[in-house]
Amino acid sequence: MQNTYYNPADLKKFGDIAEFQPELAKKFFDYYGQVFAEGALTAREKSLIALAVAHAVQCPYCIDAYTTDTLEKGVTEEQMMEAVHVAAAIRGGASLVHGVQMMNKAKALTM
Amino acid sequence: MIQKTLKSAGHDLAEPTFQLRVLNTPVAGSTHYLPKFRAKLAEANLYPLLPTGIDIFQVNVGKLCNQTCRHCHVDAGPDRREVMQRDTMELCLEALRHSSIPTVDITGGAPEMNPHFRWFVEQVHSMGRHVIVRCNLTIITANKQYGTLPQFFADNGVHIVSSLPFYQQRNTDRQRGDGVFERSVQALHMLNAIGYGQEGSGLELDLVYNPAGAFFPGPQASLESDFRRELQKHHGIAFNKLYVITNMPISRFLEYLIDSGNYSDYMEKLVNSFNPAAAAGVMCRNTISVSWDGYLYDCDFNQMLDLPVAAHAPRHIRDFDVELLAARTIATDQHCYGCTAGSGSSCTGATA
Ligand code: SF4
Ligand code: SF4
Repeated sequence: MQNTYYNPADLKKFGDIAEFQPELAKKFFDYYGQVFAEGALTAREKSLIALAVAHAVQCPYCIDAYTTDTLEKGVTEEQMMEAVHVAAAIRGGASLVHGVQMMNKAKALTM
Repeated sequence: MIQKTLKSAGHDLAEPTFQLRVLNTPVAGSTHYLPKFRAKLAEANLYPLLPTGIDIFQVNVGKLCNQTCRHCHVDAGPDRREVMQRDTMELCLEALRHSSIPTVDITGGAPEMNPHFRWFVEQVHSMGRHVIVRCNLTIITANKQYGTLPQFFADNGVHIVSSLPFYQQRNTDRQRGDGVFERSVQALHMLNAIGYGQEGSGLELDLVYNPAGAFFPGPQASLESDFRRELQKHHGIAFNKLYVITNMPISRFLEYLIDSGNYSDYMEKLVNSFNPAAAAGVMCRNTISVSWDGYLYDCDFNQMLDLPVAAHAPRHIRDFDVELLAARTIATDQHCYGCTAGSGSSCTGATA
């Protein structure tokens, strides 16, 4: 057993999840491939969304993969960082908007 | 950023044999050998790799350059002294006269720094051949004399191919040196003003994108539209085509890969991205490359690695023979993975 939870080398082994359950893995990877193909959104736009989501879910593997992918798709460093800010703004906003709930409750409880 | 070339710094990687040894041994800390390029070619029914003809006569007129870009596969720079002499150029012209090769691609270094450059271009142009010059742009702004290059290019119908790693200053300067982006923009304005890159002028100006780091280039078409939109919007610059090129793991880019700890991942990714269709379209199949001292190679990369054309073919420009060269087998090694990854890579961009 390795002594860290995350190992960068594991990213390359993503496909190995098929070893324990091939059918579902195949379904997932087919779906994944189709999701990221050029569609109503460009592959470049999808990659940038993935980068933002990777930061929201704080997945180091996804951050690694989509930093490379966005660079390869010619996304600029400013655009990449703005995408991270979008993730941060939504996360921050999601906390703060619950402040209204807190206020409602506080107002209900206090004179 | 004027840094030293590997050669003048006395770096091990200045030696082609050392580079080939690095490319052919497992990376530090591993015992894992990457599959041989020739085995991949064999799987794709392409081994031995054979030419389809000679359409491009590429002449490297010297390693002297006004820049020392970090990814340079030539290890070019201001401290290099290898420059093609006029008698070798005469031999090139003689070879062209006895053949009907339509395109002559002049590269370097900064080819314009060769003292016989203009004469050579005029001679090739007067033979009715299509002349490509790989111009690094900044040379045009280097001094007043070089400032007349745009007009000279136009007068000789030169097709210009220029590197611009990105449409933004930061990424470009990190790879090519401080101030390079600004001076490149200035040079592009001069070329545009004379008609280069403008519709209907017949003066072609193509740009070359190569990633400023250890990652691969994305699809050529979408990068081309990004470049066109951004260069037009922010700088009012027009160009014809954008070629997308993968950085070759040799010379200064190899040094960068090793120093930055990216070497093994980059090589592995190149190998895993081997595309048989790209392999079928590699540029060595229709190119012959001549070095500053007149020796013949399958491509400019092989030239820098001292991998000459096969022993059964003529090896020097004085013995040039199209038929014998067309019957040669092409020398390949592990660096060739740089030409066959994904959509492929050549001096004219993607190949598949
Ligand atoms: S990449 Fe081109 S411009 Fe840069 S140092 Fe090499 S030859 Fe000169
Ligand atoms: S490096 Fe040269 S010889 Fe090798 S595949 Fe590319 S063009 Fe051909």
